[in-house]
Amino acid sequence: MANFEEIGPRTPVVEAIRVDQVNPRARAVRRIVAFISLAVALIMLLPVFIMGITAFKTRSEVVSSPPKLIFQPTLEGFVYLLTDRAVASSSRLKELEKKAKEGKLGLFARIALEGGQEITGPSAYVYRLWNSVIIAGISTVFSVLLGLLAAYAFSRFKVSGKGDLMFFILSTRMLPPVVVTIPLFLMYSAIRLHDTRLGMILLYIVFNLSFSVWLLKGFIDEIPKEYEEAALVDGYSRLQAFFKVVLPQAVTGIAATTVFCLIFAWNEYAFALMLTSQRARTAPPSIATMLGRGGIEWSAIAAGSLGFLIPVVIVTFALRKYLLRGVTFGAIRG
Amino acid sequence: MATIELNKIEKKFGDLHAVKPLDLTIHDGEFVVLLGPSGCGKTTTLRMISGLETVTGGRILLNGHDVTWKHPSERDMAFVFQFYALYTHLSVWQNIAFPLQAQGEKREVIDRRVKEVVEILRIGHLLRARPGKLSGGDQQRVALARALVRRPAAFLMDEPLGALDAELRETMRAEIKNLHIAQHATTVYVTHDQIEAVAMGERIVVMSKAEVQQVGTPVEVYYDPANLFVARFIGSPGMNLLTGRLADDQVHLPGRNAYAVPAAWKRALGGRDAVVLGFRPEAAHMDPNGTLTGEVFATDMYGGYSLLHVNIGEDEIVHIRSDRQASYPIRTPVRFDIDAEMVRFFHPVTEEAVRREGTR
Repeated sequence: MANFEEIGPRTPVVEAIRVDQVNPRARAVRRIVAFISLAVALIMLLPVFIMGITAFKTRSEVVSSPPKLIFQPTLEGFVYLLTDRAVASSSRLKELEKKAKEGKLGLFARIALEGGQEITGPSAYVYRLWNSVIIAGISTVFSVLLGLLAAYAFSRFKVSGKGDLMFFILSTRMLPPVVVTIPLFLMYSAIRLHDTRLGMILLYIVFNLSFSVWLLKGFIDEIPKEYEEAALVDGYSRLQAFFKVVLPQAVTGIAATTVFCLIFAWNEYAFALMLTSQRARTAPPSIATMLGRGGIEWSAIAAGSLGFLIPVVIVTFALRKYLLRGVTFGAIRG
Repeated sequence: MATIELNKIEKKFGDLHAVKPLDLTIHDGEFVVLLGPSGCGKTTTLRMISGLETVTGGRILLNGHDVTWKHPSERDMAFVFQFYALYTHLSVWQNIAFPLQAQGEKREVIDRRVKEVVEILRIGHLLRARPGKLSGGDQQRVALARALVRRPAAFLMDEPLGALDAELRETMRAEIKNLHIAQHATTVYVTHDQIEAVAMGERIVVMSKAEVQQVGTPVEVYYDPANLFVARFIGSPGMNLLTGRLADDQVHLPGRNAYAVPAAWKRALGGRDAVVLGFRPEAAHMDPNGTLTGEVFATDMYGGYSLLHVNIGEDEIVHIRSDRQASYPIRTPVRFDIDAEMVRFFHPVTEEAVRREGTR
């Protein structure tokens, strides 16, 4: 290592390679950094891993100590999570067992039967997950759409008091949600938006808008205005230029903003807990309320959390190509 | 094609003039170059013509019609940007077809016209590529094709070669000039490169500090600069300019040099006591019996010729073009003379050129 400075790398360096890529000391440092990063990543992923395996454990396996790493996976948790069940009478049990033998019973029904239970219908969680999908989906679409138009205007036009307005938009984020929930609760009650999907959609749009305007403005600022000017002199109106030139160029930013808005709306807990009770309740508070129902159904909770993760993972994965450029925006130009 | 008339157009930002009231007529089929250092208002002028920038005063006429407040898309002018402004999300073909699609042309017409222009610019093999993958020269060819395909009334070019490397710039310079001759299209071309301006322009508009300094053919701005700014700006190096005292038909210069005023200038210079003497490096020639003396300060080899930096005294350096073969070691005392036909005089205070008898 010591003679690197005097005689250079031992093997010939083919092309333009940065010194820190061949210097043994720098390489050692990079290896250590890589090792630490990997270790940190593993530690961070551990809870997710535990959640993942818990979702497929039986009740007794969940609480066994030491925890079992090798076990027979079961969908019991998912059955408990997604269905309402009742204890079946002995005559009904026989009937069901007969059906099961004939192969006429679904997977979930068979699992319920093992515990002597009968499925009576989907659980409230299914409905709440559906609420989450609708509320997060619609609010995200509108946050991004409105944010895009506002960001474009702020980026391209002379808006009087632009700085103040941008600050005002940002300032809506400065209060912690908990502080505003009570006034919001009172207002929502007064105008009957309490416990409605519309109310939650509006709230999430407003909350996400500040974020999306700021983020998207950064992206649109990056698009050279010559692109639009070229379209203008080529015979397009400003609106056409916006759709034909700016929008395709801003795809990266739109994707990144969509994911961030979606994750926020999907995971939001405090507002949902306070402002919904039945009809518009979303998944996050209902997972938490499961804790209170009699015994703690850890496998059902884990199953709920796992199922709750999946949509966000899918969207993020689908948009990852844009995201990678998106989260490093400014540094790399698309 | 088109005649563009600029009628006292100006651009003000608050109290600051980006372009002071400017009058200019660009004739049909003419190649006019707006030349000046950065920040002189040349690009703003071009953008006002295109409609991308609004004017704060004056009128713009296109073929006699007032287009001052028309939207850029209604002016029928094509704009070529310095950094090409090609749409990276579209293929080369789509980029070129883009303006035709705006006009709602039929697919067959678009196909045919795109084919025509790509043949002219020899980029037929690139049609499927994305602009981001092309070289700078090819990108600019695509941008030119996009401008050409519309058959616009006028072409506006904002330093189209500024982003290219030197060799490519010369190739593209010739291509644009050829294109202009073939299309006979009214063209307004902005550049800060005086060599480019002199090489390409039929008429040059020299601008500085938001104002037009001189409008003329390349020969006029080169040999008869209207003022000291133009004299310094055009040519590389610019004109040699020496301030001297005028007495007894002699210009007394630094280093006890004196230059006899040529006969043609005697009347025009009569009654003045100070004057700026100007001459191009090629107007001077080394001559053992020359009237002016100095000492070689440095020599630059330019290939076909050498450029001598001669200190004529009091650290006043003049540039003289000399024969490549002759060698002048540093600090050699030399004598030289100036071609009487190629001497120019300027007013030291107003900086305006002094006109000979007969002219102006």
